[in-house]
Amino acid sequence: MHRSFTFLTWAALLCTAALLALGLVLPKWLLFMCTMAFANGLVSLGIVLLMRGGVVAFGQGLMSAIGGYTAALLFQKMGITDAIVLTLVGGITATLLTAPFAPLLSRYRGIFFSMLTLAMSMVGYGILVKTERLGGSDGFNLGRVSVLGQALSDDWVGYVLYAVAVFFACLMSYLSRIYFDSTRGLITQAIRENELRVEYLGGSVRHTMALNFVLAAFMGGCGGALAVMALGHIDPNFSYWTTSGEFVFVAILAGTQSVIAIMLSSVILEAVRSFSSAYFPNTWQLALGLFLMFVIRFLPLGLGSLWSPKSQKEQEA
Amino acid sequence: MSSSLLLSARHLQKQFGAVVAAHDLCVDIEVGQRVSLIGSNGAGKTTFVNMITGYLKPDQGSIHLGDTDITAMSPRQITRLGVARSFQIPQLYPALSVMDNMLVAMACHDNQLSMWRSASQPQHIERGVELLERFGLIQHRHRRVSELPGGVRKLLDIALALTGSPKLLLLDEPTSGVSAEEKFPMMETVMHALGNEPLTALFVEHDMDIVRRHADRVIAFYSGRIIADDAPEQALATDDVRRYVTGELRQEANHA
Repeated sequence: MHRSFTFLTWAALLCTAALLALGLVLPKWLLFMCTMAFANGLVSLGIVLLMRGGVVAFGQGLMSAIGGYTAALLFQKMGITDAIVLTLVGGITATLLTAPFAPLLSRYRGIFFSMLTLAMSMVGYGILVKTERLGGSDGFNLGRVSVLGQALSDDWVGYVLYAVAVFFACLMSYLSRIYFDSTRGLITQAIRENELRVEYLGGSVRHTMALNFVLAAFMGGCGGALAVMALGHIDPNFSYWTTSGEFVFVAILAGTQSVIAIMLSSVILEAVRSFSSAYFPNTWQLALGLFLMFVIRFLPLGLGSLWSPKSQKEQEA
Repeated sequence: MSSSLLLSARHLQKQFGAVVAAHDLCVDIEVGQRVSLIGSNGAGKTTFVNMITGYLKPDQGSIHLGDTDITAMSPRQITRLGVARSFQIPQLYPALSVMDNMLVAMACHDNQLSMWRSASQPQHIERGVELLERFGLIQHRHRRVSELPGGVRKLLDIALALTGSPKLLLLDEPTSGVSAEEKFPMMETVMHALGNEPLTALFVEHDMDIVRRHADRVIAFYSGRIIADDAPEQALATDDVRRYVTGELRQEANHA
């Protein structure tokens, strides 16, 4: 089922307004948790975009790191403090730096694609750890950002950063939904099903896969920049493989059918991580693993399958 | 090149190790012809189709579509020049609906790979419905392909190939895997659907009754060579075809 632009636009606006209103009543710790969840959700959104074409990127942490380092460096070295500008430039830099690899990666599928992206992110990690000018393995801090030229007070900084994260999460989710329902989005699904037939119908598999990789890089860069602004710190762990694994975790938890499910899954991951860390110190990965096993067993198509039209049709069949 | 000549394959050679799949094949196809490719399994029919559609590259020889040399082109480039094909095993998108399969095909053919325009464009829906009606598949339009029986998938595979209004259509065993009772009605459906299209068709077929009924030219293959190329009645009456393709001479020898 393809939804109309009008429906999608209203849904996105209502979601944004509801989340912004909700933020006004949330406690500070939950506001921060949601900000991080939406920032990380953006990275996972890029992974889902690739998963719809049948490939899983295990190195999306690299995009997040590029976006994060770009935002932090612009803040520290050039004095650019606007959160929206930093987020956008983070996304654009991640796109530009990884785009040259897109034609190469578009030739690979399955485990080879996953391992190549993982390898790229670990090369990035190695470079960042060894680069003293970027803070080496400790990374470096950045101060408080501004929004639209306005400095942020202690009382409002948490909410405003949350609002910026909500804005980007809703905007990217909205644009992603339009993309998923577009001709290019449908062909992405067709590629997952049968590449050979796409080529025999005159479509370019590699072009579509390369485009998806570039779009995913942009989302990853934006997500990384937002996360760095919320944390006030950047270090090479953004590009470490376990970080990429968490983004993949969210993508699997969400499934490939619903963009809302991605943001929801990201919030769930952050909540599980926070509460597990508090109540089961050092074993939160165990709780996370059990949770993922439960989801894969009972919801193999992810949380999104609970309400997506396609799943209903499958159940009827 | 003659203006009525659509496809010209000259001296095609293809070898897989010691197996010669194509030996000095020379075939000219005129516009509007309905050509049946016959031969036993391993005779080289599908290899020939695969070379024309770019899936295999010939070791030697050339293939021209009109005045364009397509010998080294990819399947996608050849498709864009107006050559479409269906497959012996239907190549579809099982998790998508029948209509979504049609929409994918039309988006690919029209090269309208927009990032924001909905895949369900009215003109594509209209064309999809029209094609599905011609193939008698309209009642399946909302069903997932994975739920469909084999015969319906075969028809859908051919319908997908027709979405781009090709100049040349290659059907690789359109009735294989279909029960004997269904073969004739199915081929009738296909030919009826093609009836409105000003296209040239090549089809690989094992059923000689279907060949006699629907082809106006027969090319018989044996061991990578062409052993007959004529009108159906003449081609099917040659000794080589009766010996190596239909097996009639061998049966007569056994009876004697």
